[in-house]
Amino acid sequence: MYCEGCKEKLATVHVAQIINGQKVELHLCETCAAGKGALMFDLGNTLSISHLLGSLLGNPYEVQDLQTPSSVQTCPSCGMSFASIKHTGKLGCSQCYTAFEQELEPTLRRINGNSQHVGKIPSRSGQQVLLKRQIDELKTRLHQAVSKEQYEEAAEIRDSLKDLEKNLE
Amino acid sequence: MSIQELLNENCVYWMRAEEGPNSDIVISSRIRLARNLRKTPFPHLLDRETGMRIMEEIKSAWEGSSLPILKDQELVNFDRVTALDRQILMEKHLISPHHAQSDVPYRGVLIDGNGSLCTMINEEDHLRIQCFLPGLQVNQAYERARFTDDQLENRLDFAFDSRRGFLTSCPTNVGTGMRASVMLHLPAMTMLGQINAIFNNIGQLGMTVRGLYGEGTEVIGNLFQLSNQITLGQSEEDINNNLSTIAIHIVEQERLMRDKLRAEMHYQLEDSIGRAYGILTNARVMTSNEAIALLSNVRLGVDMGIIRDIKLEALNELVVAIRPAHLQKKVGREMDPFNRDVARAQVIKERFSQFLG
Repeated sequence: MYCEGCKEKLATVHVAQIINGQKVELHLCETCAAGKGALMFDLGNTLSISHLLGSLLGNPYEVQDLQTPSSVQTCPSCGMSFASIKHTGKLGCSQCYTAFEQELEPTLRRINGNSQHVGKIPSRSGQQVLLKRQIDELKTRLHQAVSKEQYEEAAEIRDSLKDLEKNLE
Repeated sequence: MSIQELLNENCVYWMRAEEGPNSDIVISSRIRLARNLRKTPFPHLLDRETGMRIMEEIKSAWEGSSLPILKDQELVNFDRVTALDRQILMEKHLISPHHAQSDVPYRGVLIDGNGSLCTMINEEDHLRIQCFLPGLQVNQAYERARFTDDQLENRLDFAFDSRRGFLTSCPTNVGTGMRASVMLHLPAMTMLGQINAIFNNIGQLGMTVRGLYGEGTEVIGNLFQLSNQITLGQSEEDINNNLSTIAIHIVEQERLMRDKLRAEMHYQLEDSIGRAYGILTNARVMTSNEAIALLSNVRLGVDMGIIRDIKLEALNELVVAIRPAHLQKKVGREMDPFNRDVARAQVIKERFSQFLG
């Protein structure tokens, strides 16, 4: 096996790193390994995040890769295929997230441990989402008010809930 | 101050150590928010026409805002910026090495006068809104970046999904689209072999460590960039608080190690700081990596009161002023590596005599 760094000498140093629970192996010659130090592996592009990600996306253990028909299709909006996403580690456009949802799900889960966004919601593009979050919050408050027998407050909350739900439609 | 003045000045805002807390160890804090326009191919698939359309949309969103925070910024297309000046922005850490390589009109920056806000346009994502502040100010940097984000979002349709959050070109950024990072100077922990012990475990906390210029760059001058790895399933506030807490923990460890060095290795410590100072002030030829490594020792000397009369801000500036593009801008011509090494030694010598003068 040749060194993944210089691609000239034989690889004699083998390093296994666990990145986000995923084992990544490196095979280097002594010169390249000595130059890298224990912490950082600067091997140019072969080890960039997008390449590592590409290999995660193409993990042979992802059985559904072979089964789901969508893995051979392309994104209807930008024409990107999943094969080229695996190759570059980059999606083609925002619609790719919908087109390749099944393929991306396990990877997103593996990278982040959780695949549900809980952060900022943009005020315009996320208006509906914001409304839903507000409605959920009000429903919780309504339950609390009712269980504490604070009916006046509950009535107020119910009215604002109705208003919000109208907006949602 | 315009971008031209910013390019001619060495100092940008994150270097002003006296304006940031814990700036002896935390050099700077950065927030980067990745945003994309809906139903538009990501930058790596852009043709010129679509690229220009995106640029126009962003331009009118920027022009449409009457708030000072946006009015004070300048939109610059990269066909109007020389390769040398783009490299200068990169050496000041304001843009990525990848972005510095583009010279097309549909890529560029939206940047303010002192370099604290700098949005990369059509880099890996359509917008990468960034804020840089001195010292440990992750939350403050987020507030400022968020404000620019809100203003732009008022007029632009961002790709957002209720489950996935902000949709980004690389799925490692999806969710908040946020990368928060701090640049740490950790010489004592490095000397005492404590670095790996901390950083090997950082992955379990959803954090990662990179070199001076970000992803794929090596660690030089005991400078480490600590940033969040996770972007989905945690709120921006949680990520920023985690990062700040870990940074404070590392700062305390570094201070402890410095005390240990002072108590137990006093002679070796003063020796290595004194030698670094001696070489920096007397050398005639010096590579970038050697200079950064030696300046790290001098910085430690300043922090520990062993070297007086030098300000941290001046050292922050010098680390950038000795990089290749800054040297060539100062000298006014292109130079081969050897001539740069000569010019670098000269610049360092001059600066040190100014410090003492």
